[in-house]
Amino acid sequence: MSTTSTTGTPPLLSIEDLQARVEGKEILKGVTLTVAAGEVHAIMGPNGSGKSTLAHVLAGRPGYTVTAGSVRYQGRDLLALAPEERAREGVFLGFQYPVEIPGVNNVYLLKAALNAARKQRGLPEVDAFDFLSLVREKMKLMRMDESLLSRGVNEGFSGGERKRNEVLQMLVLEPKLAILDETDSGLDIDALKVVAGGVNSLRSPQRSCVLVTHYQRLLEYVVPDFVHVLVRGRIARSGDRTLARELEQRGYDFIAGEAA
Amino acid sequence: MSESAKQLEALIARGYQHGFVTDIDSDTVPPGLDEDVVRLISLKKGEPAFLTEWRLKALRHWRTMKEPHWAHVRYAPIDYQSISYYSAPKAKKDGPKSLADVDPKLLETYEKLGVPLHERARLAGVAVDAVFDSVSVATTFRERLAAAGVVFCPFSEAVRTHPQLIEQYLGTVVPYSDNFFATLNSAVFSDGSFVYVPKGVRCPMELSTYFRINALNTGQFERTLIIADAGSHVSYLEGCSAPQRDENQLHAAVVELVALDDAFIKYSTVQNWYPGDAQGRGGIYNFVTKRGECRGRSSRISWTQVETGSAITWKYPSCVLRGEGSSGEFYSVATVNNRQQADTGTKMIHIGRNTRSTIISKGISAGAGQNTYRGLVKILPSAEGARNFTQCDSLLMGEKCGAHTFPYVEVKNPSATVEHEASTSKISEDQLFYCLARGISAEDAINMIVSGFCKSVFKELPMEFAVEAQNLLAVSLEGAVG
Repeated sequence: MSTTSTTGTPPLLSIEDLQARVEGKEILKGVTLTVAAGEVHAIMGPNGSGKSTLAHVLAGRPGYTVTAGSVRYQGRDLLALAPEERAREGVFLGFQYPVEIPGVNNVYLLKAALNAARKQRGLPEVDAFDFLSLVREKMKLMRMDESLLSRGVNEGFSGGERKRNEVLQMLVLEPKLAILDETDSGLDIDALKVVAGGVNSLRSPQRSCVLVTHYQRLLEYVVPDFVHVLVRGRIARSGDRTLARELEQRGYDFIAGEAA
Repeated sequence: MSESAKQLEALIARGYQHGFVTDIDSDTVPPGLDEDVVRLISLKKGEPAFLTEWRLKALRHWRTMKEPHWAHVRYAPIDYQSISYYSAPKAKKDGPKSLADVDPKLLETYEKLGVPLHERARLAGVAVDAVFDSVSVATTFRERLAAAGVVFCPFSEAVRTHPQLIEQYLGTVVPYSDNFFATLNSAVFSDGSFVYVPKGVRCPMELSTYFRINALNTGQFERTLIIADAGSHVSYLEGCSAPQRDENQLHAAVVELVALDDAFIKYSTVQNWYPGDAQGRGGIYNFVTKRGECRGRSSRISWTQVETGSAITWKYPSCVLRGEGSSGEFYSVATVNNRQQADTGTKMIHIGRNTRSTIISKGISAGAGQNTYRGLVKILPSAEGARNFTQCDSLLMGEKCGAHTFPYVEVKNPSATVEHEASTSKISEDQLFYCLARGISAEDAINMIVSGFCKSVFKELPMEFAVEAQNLLAVSLEGAVG
């Protein structure tokens, strides 16, 4: 599926034979994947296949050791960057289980995040008034209660509120590469539509998205350009959105069987 | 150790920024303690006979006492005869009458510390009393306070100008026989601040004292007395620092607060005595007795402390809730890093009916620091309907530090309500990575997480202090992330 850019610029993200270990255990055993600007890729696969590990390795989580392979982002060695540098360069990880940070104002963290990215681009700190109206507008889109802004980060948030908050952060930060780790899990159908609407609103020829998901349900609303199935640390199969439907009907076993 | 743990470690150690020494001529009595030294101190200060006698009684009592060792702290024995009990910058007769008479080196010291004593330069309306070693060197905004009837002056001056108030209130909250360190202080106390707010007066500005230890091998024993008469209101701030030295220095202060009917005293401390180096050499031994008495009906005393300095902190700002419907509050952030040890907390003694107390304690431990919360909530039989709420949280950074909690509760009246909540947490790698993944640096992330942890205490501080406290916390935890 690797789409070669016609303009000759490198793809936004290019992963070559990536192998990674967590707590001494080999999880990724050679993942190769290319994401061009503007594309949405879905990574599916059974539990324990390495989907979340891939997402965390790309974001630079400490403790996730890359043992072989390479990742290039905008032509640069992504793995050489510290996690906070990756974020400032436009890589966003939407967490499956966003953590609570008691006492740290939700909107304060978001502003610090935005300013860190702006500083990287040589821009001044965001004007407080502009920032607030931007956040309010995005919150409306995410159908979030404004009271969530002044609460501690994820403090006492419901599962659905946490996921919406992740997407809210993404909308404000406008990353070039958004990696959403099971952002759809645990959402009811209404919340799923809101989250999908948020993701779709960010789609543009410049931005790419990697959706890690267990179910194809989300993909009815955020239609991917490519679908990949990860099995035991390798991409066992790639295709278009019809692959997701096939998986829904036949389960992962048939691919797992092929890959074995 | 994981990667983020290493980042944490690297973060907790920028070092102490107030460790300079002022080169100034001092009038220091030779080390040692006996009745002659006590008489000399009293004579130098021109004290009335009752006070000299009171000091001597304290000294005699102190000699019968033993240094207490129940606190969860360890230190080499203190030789009380090797300490000098009085040191004062040499002054032109009788001490300074105005800022013009103050040695420019002293003014420079306070400028360096960020405590401007020039009234013109002071934008915010905070009146400052500056205590350098044993004596007060300057008190600002005196005229404006006097117009409101508020007395704010060095203790040694109040002894001469308001002896009747001193005689009436001194030692009524912390008696001279109270405890080893308070008794020592009663014998040798040098200076400190005195505040009297008359009936119905709302003090027009924040009052502040800045304590500075400078001389080598001296102890600092200041004594502060604040009296809020019926219906009055006062907010008092205390800051402190000391030079960086390899020797330990003793600081044994006493603070007494008296709140009469409907009066409110808010007492805030940002304590930044020199904490010693990473190996535990040097630093201040901070053995302090602070107690307030809500003597009148519906009176209120609120203690807020941010403790970041000192090698050893032994301190329990307390409230005696005697007046009916009176209330006491204690908000505390105590940080230990490197080899610092803190044993701190509060005592809330409920005597009157319907008395209330609130305790919010936040302990942060980093490096090899040991942090202990020790608190007593005592409800006496007379305290019908008394209520207490205690919340005690500890945050650990790294693998070598410790947090300990000793909450004591004694309830002698069945109508009382006592609640206690406690938690211990670590800065989790999940929290840290979450911030990193949003582009926030590890250092900023830790400051953010720690400030969040302390939020319920910081919001009690007056605005200008809250900012200072937050910065101080960031400095004291530098390199602590673990």
